[in-house]
Amino acid sequence: MAIDKRKTPDINAGSQADIAFLLLIFFLVATTMNTDTGIARMLPPMPPEDQQQEEIKVKERNLFLVFINGRGDIMAGASGKQEPIDLSQLKERAKEFIVNPMDDPNLPERTNKEIELANGGKWVYPVSEGVISLQTTRDTNYQSYIMVQNELTRAFNEVRDEVATRKFGAKYADLPEDERNAVAKAVPLKISEAEPRNIKR
Amino acid sequence: MAVMKKKGSKSLPGISTASLPDVIFMILFFFMVSTTMRDQELLVRYKLPEATEVQKLEKKSLVSFIHIGPPSLTMQAKFGTAPRIQLNDSYKSTRDILDFVAAERDKLSEADRASMTICLKADQATKMGIVTDVKQELRRANALKISYAASKTLGYQYQ
Repeated sequence: MAIDKRKTPDINAGSQADIAFLLLIFFLVATTMNTDTGIARMLPPMPPEDQQQEEIKVKERNLFLVFINGRGDIMAGASGKQEPIDLSQLKERAKEFIVNPMDDPNLPERTNKEIELANGGKWVYPVSEGVISLQTTRDTNYQSYIMVQNELTRAFNEVRDEVATRKFGAKYADLPEDERNAVAKAVPLKISEAEPRNIKR
Repeated sequence: MAVMKKKGSKSLPGISTASLPDVIFMILFFFMVSTTMRDQELLVRYKLPEATEVQKLEKKSLVSFIHIGPPSLTMQAKFGTAPRIQLNDSYKSTRDILDFVAAERDKLSEADRASMTICLKADQATKMGIVTDVKQELRRANALKISYAASKTLGYQYQ
């Protein structure tokens, strides 16, 4: 016939938008967008079964006890000297315990430790021996537990920020990884969670 | 001039829709890149607790989830409202966590096993008893890296 063989007819692209819409709606329905966030923690490893349960002796001044009861009330302080405090005071108390700026004999000891830096240098920093012990009862609400964990994390983060600013001149989160590790060694996140034998039923 | 004006107002040229597919494709690619596939159906309801010091979970593929909360509305007739633990797609007890962790660990490559993270997604009204039981099982299963899922908030209202 009289049709020019070299010229192919145009493909109608009018429905391309509809196809794209279909794909778009499929992805809208089948996927989720939430980015999961959370408070990261390391659990202590389980002691071997045959090992004798030895009480690890921690000096009284090195221990900061935090109790949360079933109603979300908080008691905190050195062992024997706990007092009921408000959640808003917890961070300052924890920070004071971690830093011990005045070398108070009632607050944790600090031992000088050498921390190796990435550039081969050594950094001597008095690392606190303090341990924060967190205990709950079985009927404590998860929300109050997370709020206390959050306050303690905030205390550690603020101390790390201060140390990082003094040593490296930037906030903890903005440091390169090796420097961040050094600061994390200088201010270790020591939160001990009670063994279940300590949990009152 | 008058003639031209008249002509212009009478027949507007049609808006070209030739670039519409491109726009839609752009939106499509945005969603393909920024979202993840829904992987499991939730059998428990939870409202995550709120916290300010949250961190993002780094690699999704290394994270396994444990959901704790009261059964979802459709399941309440059968299972009541007491908090349950959901592993994969069914209710499980704390005894099954060892197997669950082992199975999740097997899915990962040898190099990634050390950095496996367990994300605990618990309802904010859950009692610590059940959470502590789960944590003890995780310690027994040697899955020590955990994350308490919490949604980001700017601050608390202290009561």
